[in-house]
Amino acid sequence: MADLPRTGTPAPAAPGRLRKAWDSDIVWSFRHAPVAVVSLVVVTLMVLAAVFAPLIAPYDPFDPGTLNLMNGFTPPMEPNAFTGDTFWLGTDDQGRDVFSTILFGLRISLFVGFMAVALAMVLGITLGLLAGYLGGWVDTIIMRVADVQLTFPAILVAMLIFGVAKGITPPELRNEVAIWVLILAIGLSDWVQFARVVRGATLVEKSRDYVAAARLIGRGSGAIMLRHILPNVLSPVLVIATISLALAIIAEATLSFLGIGAPPTQPSLGTLIRIGQGFLFSGEWWILLFPAATLLALALAVNLLGDWLRDALNPRLR
Amino acid sequence: MLAYILRRIFQSAIVLLVVGLVAFSLFRFVGDPIDNMLGQERTQADVERLRETLGLNEPFVVQYAKFLGQAVQGNFGMSYRQGRPVAEILMERAPATLELAAVSGVLALSFGIGLGVFTAIRRDGFAANAIMTLSLIGVSLPTFLIGILLIYLFSVELGWLPSFGRGEVVDLGGWTTGFLTPSGLQALILPSITLGLYQMTLIMRLVRSEMLEVLRTDYIRFARARGLRDRAVHFRHALKNTMVPVITVTGLQLGSIIAFAIITETVFQWPGVGLLFINAIQFVDIPVMAAYLMLISVMFVGINLIVDLLYVMVDPRLRGDSARGH
Amino acid sequence: MTRTTGLLTATLLATTAMAPFAQAETLRWARAGDSLTLDPHAQNEGPTHTIAHQIYEPLLIRDMTGAFEPALATDWAPSPDDPNVWVFNLREGVTFHDGAAFDASDVVFSIERAQTEDSDMKELLTSIVEVRAPDPLTVEFVTDGPNPILPSNLTNLFIIDEDWARANDAVEVQDYEGGEETFAARNANGTGPYVLNSREPDVRTVMTRFEEYWGMDQFPLDVTEIVYTPIQNAATRVAALLSGEVDIIQDMPVQDLGRVAGTDGLDVRTAPQNRTIFFGMNMGAADIETDSVEGANPFADARVRQAMNMAINRDAIKQVVMRGQSQPAGMIAPPFVNGWTAELDATSTDVAAAKALMEEAGYGDGFSVQLDCPNDRYINDEGICQAVVGMMAQIGVTVNLEAMPKAQFFPLISNRTTNFYMLGWGVPTYDSEYIFNFLVHSAEGDRGSWNATGYSNPELDAMIQSLASETDLDARNDTIAAIWEVVQAETIYLPIHHQVLNWGVASNVAIEVDPEDQPKIKYIALN
Repeated sequence: MADLPRTGTPAPAAPGRLRKAWDSDIVWSFRHAPVAVVSLVVVTLMVLAAVFAPLIAPYDPFDPGTLNLMNGFTPPMEPNAFTGDTFWLGTDDQGRDVFSTILFGLRISLFVGFMAVALAMVLGITLGLLAGYLGGWVDTIIMRVADVQLTFPAILVAMLIFGVAKGITPPELRNEVAIWVLILAIGLSDWVQFARVVRGATLVEKSRDYVAAARLIGRGSGAIMLRHILPNVLSPVLVIATISLALAIIAEATLSFLGIGAPPTQPSLGTLIRIGQGFLFSGEWWILLFPAATLLALALAVNLLGDWLRDALNPRLR
Repeated sequence: MLAYILRRIFQSAIVLLVVGLVAFSLFRFVGDPIDNMLGQERTQADVERLRETLGLNEPFVVQYAKFLGQAVQGNFGMSYRQGRPVAEILMERAPATLELAAVSGVLALSFGIGLGVFTAIRRDGFAANAIMTLSLIGVSLPTFLIGILLIYLFSVELGWLPSFGRGEVVDLGGWTTGFLTPSGLQALILPSITLGLYQMTLIMRLVRSEMLEVLRTDYIRFARARGLRDRAVHFRHALKNTMVPVITVTGLQLGSIIAFAIITETVFQWPGVGLLFINAIQFVDIPVMAAYLMLISVMFVGINLIVDLLYVMVDPRLRGDSARGH
Repeated sequence: MTRTTGLLTATLLATTAMAPFAQAETLRWARAGDSLTLDPHAQNEGPTHTIAHQIYEPLLIRDMTGAFEPALATDWAPSPDDPNVWVFNLREGVTFHDGAAFDASDVVFSIERAQTEDSDMKELLTSIVEVRAPDPLTVEFVTDGPNPILPSNLTNLFIIDEDWARANDAVEVQDYEGGEETFAARNANGTGPYVLNSREPDVRTVMTRFEEYWGMDQFPLDVTEIVYTPIQNAATRVAALLSGEVDIIQDMPVQDLGRVAGTDGLDVRTAPQNRTIFFGMNMGAADIETDSVEGANPFADARVRQAMNMAINRDAIKQVVMRGQSQPAGMIAPPFVNGWTAELDATSTDVAAAKALMEEAGYGDGFSVQLDCPNDRYINDEGICQAVVGMMAQIGVTVNLEAMPKAQFFPLISNRTTNFYMLGWGVPTYDSEYIFNFLVHSAEGDRGSWNATGYSNPELDAMIQSLASETDLDARNDTIAAIWEVVQAETIYLPIHHQVLNWGVASNVAIEVDPEDQPKIKYIALN
């Protein structure tokens, strides 16, 4: 029953059609969707800014030796009362340049987001293919676990994983692995959607003639799954992945509110917002506003891209 | 059919047991409750004695077995933090969370369906596109920030709505409700918006895309051809056909409503089980954490079971496919 | 949230109508956490004692300056006949909330109850061998040797009614085996100025003025009803104050002081707190695992500790991290404490000299080490740690900051699995002995339980032990001064600052800040 259209994701298109659509329709549709174009530009700019953060950022906010605490709470474009230094977007409570911190935070948020989605995707696709193709008890186990996970609050799953990882890593490594733990926690809480969709699509594809033909000519199960079935389920996976990316970035921020995000000396966008919300009433608006606006722009752009992708890849809506 | 139901129930029970085992294996990573329970003058002897009393020096499997043994008799132990029976605390806190979740759900459904239909009918209109984009803002900011911004605007700056708590509640035989007093209703507004925003966006998008598909079907074309008014077509025919997936998704989204209730309840000091759970984590109140997690798992495994059984009843063809995949 | 049923409301209205003061002056009060239990002997913890102070009373309390003030006892002194006995004379005519009379047998019962195994207050009473009541208004404490500071250990030791406890099966303090909560955990019958009206743990506790209170004429007692609601999230707590939903908040975020003070009808009340924040280093181990130095422990070298001490710019921490709300500290005792001196508490920063010292110690190229820090315990704890990370970087010490919730942090100290940590320490007895016992004495026996530095000095230990029974106060103070000399010379700890308390209050609420962070509502006058 897990292959029912629970999530409202489009069913995969027939093999030849998808390719054709990619060649022509998609590009056409993209050119006629200004929102999608703008979103793509925003996402690209942010990814570039994150990748080249060390080159763009005027300061290295992750190097505590370069910080001067007395620069703390400098408003944007105004010289600090003690040191006379001026910062484009001001400084935060530790005297870190907000602009540089956002660039480096963006880097962490995007890295966590991309890696978590990649992990969820690989895990979900593999398990979904196995469940759909092999069926039987493999299917039962995978889908029962998926049931629990899908309904069990994702934040709880992430919190538990975070707790365990913290418990088993040797203390001297914790700071280095903290980011990977976040990736693991968010990735593991998000694989089910992929698995369900891939399993559903696999069930459909499996019964088609071309798979039977491949089996007849003696192809192994692995080859059939990878070469024949996988390419046909990629389009819904792509849509889910885009939306998951936005969700993962937000999830990281949410976790940081619960005190289990990126370490304070290497803040992500989420950590910056968590810190910044403490200054909402006190008048230091820049510490919250700029990171929040960056996160909003990023998540919004990714969501809008996902939206457009969903419509564009769903042949029934065109 | 009966065999299938029994098998599913059996599987669900196994799932529950495993969830519990995993949960118990994790508690020690959350921290050590002893330091929270004893004052700073405590001696090593006190620490050992309390650890012994609570059974914390036993392997987690033994702790779990003891918990299960007590739990089947309806005893979930004593909260380390409050020194009261956990079952009593959960019963006391559940109404707050359930009422908040219900109001959020209703908000999300009504606005989600309404806006979803609107954006589907006016697919290319400016207003529809604006709504589609604006609704994404709600899911592009973390819940805690939305909550705090709402408090800032409506409590601090405008002074219209309370910033914390449930207001005045009425006790109806053990169930406390905020629905019967003006302050209770006011107190529900901000938390339920915060909590329901995400689901609203999700439902709106789902309704829109389902509507778009249905509107293209022959069924609707015939309805139009019969000369039915747009209104009748949209609501009596098209919307009705989108309801099954919407209800399914909403049911399954209960999980995330409960999850985000943790955040919302923390921001608004809403005295529900989510806030209780956060406090339990901070204090390493193992009995409360265990009972909460078990309660949630029972609830979700139950929802899953019911959803699946309903499907089977609605469409018997799915039976063979569902369990075996062949 | 209030639970109301028709019946209850009717009863309430009836009682209000009969009360002599028809005008209800309600004080709505919030802080981050709730009292854990109303049982006054079950938890030795700040918020729990704070609520207990409204309902129950000890023999004596501390006022806003930290000085003793008589409560249930009117006066007390060591017995002229026996140096091992303290005599307390009790107040006459005191009644409990249920109307029962208070006398010496209640004191004996309460002290004995607080000495039982399940009590969390028992460590404060270890020197007491016997409590006896020679007559209904006198209590004698027999100690295992002369104990000059016994009264300081009794300021949070609340007296409950023996008959009430026996009648309600509350003789024993809460233990966790029973599976049932003690009656005293959610019901209370004290002699204090406020009567428990209703309580929902974590949500709301309502107390009303006790009209038969013995001190009705001695204290302002303007508040007739207290509504206490914990609000955990700092921003929400401040919002509740700014929007007028509460009248007084504790645990105020320092960054919001300006906003609150600048709001019409709201004030900030400030006073130094009885708590010092400092860092400790594991100097006892031959080698530590969480640093980059192989085969040696840099903290074992006093020069390294001194260099680190000199590198910390306490004024900058005060200015930026604490928004001016702290008192830079050179010693780990707050100024209230017997043994504190201005010279020892003086601070200075000298990065150049610190670097030279590091060079001299052979760590000119620096080293790296992990710092464990709580992020939900002290005022801006994580921010202070972050600032110190930056200051250490200036003398070549690369600090990896590990910030964590207190539930994970404190076990590191208990289990001695941290090598560099932050700690805050309050001194409920207002005497240095308390600090030495827990933080300076070698970790052996009942002493040194919070000394995770591995510092051990038998000579110093002997001096610390001698304090407990030294009756000559001048000689005792000389020993305390001598111990501080060593503590400072050895740089056992790196003091940061003494915390400053801030309460946000509605302007009409006249109250002084209490250094223990335990507002006693009976002192409040409403203007």
